[in-house]
Amino acid sequence: MRNLTALISGSLFGIGLLISGMTDTTKVQGWLDIFGQWDPTLAFVMGGAIIPMAIAWALTRNRQPVLGGSFPAAVKPRVGHDLIVGSVLFGVGWGLVGLCPGPALASLSYGGIGGIVFLLAMIAGMWAAVPVRARLLPAS
Amino acid sequence: MIEQDWIWGFAGGLVIGLAGAVYLLVNGRIMGASGILGGLIDGSGRNSLMERLAFVAGVVLAPIPLVPLYQTVDTHVTGNLAAIVAAGLMVGLGTRLANGCTSGHGVCGISRLSPRGIVATIIYIMAGGLSVILFKHLLGVV
Repeated sequence: MRNLTALISGSLFGIGLLISGMTDTTKVQGWLDIFGQWDPTLAFVMGGAIIPMAIAWALTRNRQPVLGGSFPAAVKPRVGHDLIVGSVLFGVGWGLVGLCPGPALASLSYGGIGGIVFLLAMIAGMWAAVPVRARLLPAS
Repeated sequence: MIEQDWIWGFAGGLVIGLAGAVYLLVNGRIMGASGILGGLIDGSGRNSLMERLAFVAGVVLAPIPLVPLYQTVDTHVTGNLAAIVAAGLMVGLGTRLANGCTSGHGVCGISRLSPRGIVATIIYIMAGGLSVILFKHLLGVV
């Protein structure tokens, strides 16, 4: 059952990313490009996505997930070096090409060779994160 | 055209949020693309391997039947291969160090008013904006 939910959720996520236009890198870079031809679409996507999620978080109170277990506990509001360094790196890469992990997966079937190369490089980066975290950010 | 773009953007956003709501309420997990994929890459998600694979399969496969409905679906990814590799490495490394990306910190974090999610989102949007200024306007590499 958990796998079926994950498949349904992943499918909705992929379809949402396609119809929202967020797999088009010019729309993402256009939103980040405040000094160019600014494209507001991403703000509407974020706003649209936050509404069902906020309702979902409200529904988690005093309840359990349908398939059992427990809801993810709120993590301590700690902003460590890893969060800052990681978010800066992510943002620079996101602005450079206009892809983040979700759209990189969703556009795999129609994103051409560039999309495939990006995904492979992203996977390499994820793999590299384990030793990098251990060596560069041992305290945080 | 622009008007249509934001309507589709909002509609797509609702579907993305619904995806996250289903994953949270039924499976009790946060829908973060970098976390779900990253757990498959570095082995940290071996206890939920099939669940992660099923999610990734859905993301990759579900758009395929819809693509022909569009006259053109173009991701407009740059032809600069060096930029693609560099960006991919930074996105992969950065999202794992930060424990989240646009879906995990952005959609799921902000909707929960998570301080970490909000801080991360502000930082990566600012870094993204500066990145566009640097690489597009100043250096002209993309």
